[in-house]
Amino acid sequence: MSATRTTGTSGVRGAVGTTSHSQEDRRRALRARRLRRGWVALGLVVPAAVAYAVFVLRPLALTVQYSFYKWNGVTESTWVGLDNYTRLLGDARMLGSIGNALQLIVYFSFIPVILGLLAAATIRKFATSRLALVSRTVLFLPQVIPLVAAGIMWTWLLATDGLVNELMRAIGLGGVTRAWLGDTNTALPAVGVIGAWVALGLCLILLLAGMSKIDPALYEAARIDGAGAVREFFSITLPSVRQEVGVAVTVTVISALAAFDIVYISTQGGPANSTMVPGLEIYYLGFFSREVGQASALAVVFMALVLAVVLPIQRLTREDAR
Amino acid sequence: MIVSRRETVVGRVLLIVLMLVTVVPFVSLFVTALHEPGTYPSGLEWPETPYWSNFVDAFQAANMGALLWSSVLIEIGVVPVALLIATLAGFALGHLRPPGHRVIFLTFLLGLTLPFQAVIVPLYYQMRDLGLLNTRWAIILPLIGLYMPFAVMWMRAHFVNMPEDLSEAARIDGAGTWKLFTRIHLPLSTPALSSLGILMFLWTWNQFLLAVVLVSDPTRRTMAGALGAFQGQWGTNVPLLCAGSLLILTPTLIVFLIFQRQFVTALMQGALKG
Repeated sequence: MSATRTTGTSGVRGAVGTTSHSQEDRRRALRARRLRRGWVALGLVVPAAVAYAVFVLRPLALTVQYSFYKWNGVTESTWVGLDNYTRLLGDARMLGSIGNALQLIVYFSFIPVILGLLAAATIRKFATSRLALVSRTVLFLPQVIPLVAAGIMWTWLLATDGLVNELMRAIGLGGVTRAWLGDTNTALPAVGVIGAWVALGLCLILLLAGMSKIDPALYEAARIDGAGAVREFFSITLPSVRQEVGVAVTVTVISALAAFDIVYISTQGGPANSTMVPGLEIYYLGFFSREVGQASALAVVFMALVLAVVLPIQRLTREDAR
Repeated sequence: MIVSRRETVVGRVLLIVLMLVTVVPFVSLFVTALHEPGTYPSGLEWPETPYWSNFVDAFQAANMGALLWSSVLIEIGVVPVALLIATLAGFALGHLRPPGHRVIFLTFLLGLTLPFQAVIVPLYYQMRDLGLLNTRWAIILPLIGLYMPFAVMWMRAHFVNMPEDLSEAARIDGAGTWKLFTRIHLPLSTPALSSLGILMFLWTWNQFLLAVVLVSDPTRRTMAGALGAFQGQWGTNVPLLCAGSLLILTPTLIVFLIFQRQFVTALMQGALKG
């Protein structure tokens, strides 16, 4: 931008009749100014770059470095090469934690996105009514509170005498009631329900915002052509909110893979590691069993996993947006 | 648009059900908090005699005054600094575009999907070596760094979208870079800045992992971290735990209800840009 302007100015000056000598001076001065501006700009980036380098890039590099060592955090560390990684591949608990994280995607991401889509498609028609406006505030509440608080609330709701079991007894399902978070078969889905509760409002409102941008004429045309609600949803609504779906999926998938707060509060990874997730396992390995190298190896695999899952989703939505 | 009545009714009922599902856990928390301490109340039963004193007890047990103050101090340490340095970097990368700005920006983007757990182990040893473990700095400093990918991306996107003509006109009028920034760009950035500020405020307030790992004294933690400690201590006394949780939630809820429009916008934009 500044380049076009400088040539423009010097052109005007040249036409007025300055000598070629002073023109040369001027150009040099301009180049110097641009260079100085470049240095100023780089200087402005420095504080953010330093904070980022010291508290993100450096620990990131250290995580990779630690992963090749055996270290208890106190005594001398020893180089063990890829040992931590091979041990990870043979360890049921660590592998299980990765499997659990992948399973949580279903609850933290797919369920709220699909429910959100269906609900938003139904609510779309009166999105500007007072009820819908109030619902925006109410449905956002779970996004605002700490996940720890969500964990505490739901631990209580899902307990043996909690509201969930009470409701089940009331509708005659007393036979299936149990301590949902304490049963190895149901603990992971129960943790998933908490995550789904947190994510639903965000997904719904995100998708609703996307749907409000759709031209109503499209729907009217579809109606005239005799399209039913289902047809309408799949041929108009869904394609129009692809980008919003992509965003909702990305955000919630990251929250599933990186789950920590909810699990820490509601189950601590138990019972029998049935809800262990990588984030929590890194915490236990790094700070309780003091296997810093092993914790770091898991952290590296964990990062790779997040990227491997999130990047394809990003690419898909980018292409869809075109 | 023609909307059939049946569809509207179904939609309204659905919306009300979803709102109920969202609110009932809060109500349950409140009702449980009013039961006799040490009991295990069931469901949504209103107690015969509500124990309002639970809130007072929880306030004292959790040392709420100190917790609030600690969270406020951490917010003051994190949000203004992060806002300032992210704005400077965003202005430089989005508007001035010095040589190498693409590479720098891509390096920042690297950290965008990074879960905090991936760096928490080295961060612990880094804080130990700096002698900052168990101080508020152990939460403040890493958070500023960890917010940078998102914050710089956010502010850069804002400055990229500012019309060039504006800066050009100011340059022709003889404004230097500093004047251009403070007089033209900054005043026009208030919406972007306030959204980012709200997001970072919320993330800091609710930050749990860093608080649990790096600070063992609950009164030097964030609200969420303190809640974790409170649960560990009072986990068996359910009504008191519920009362404490509610107290810890209240400040967030009040701030949210006052600034609800800004919060919803910020969270939506945050999700869309992230």
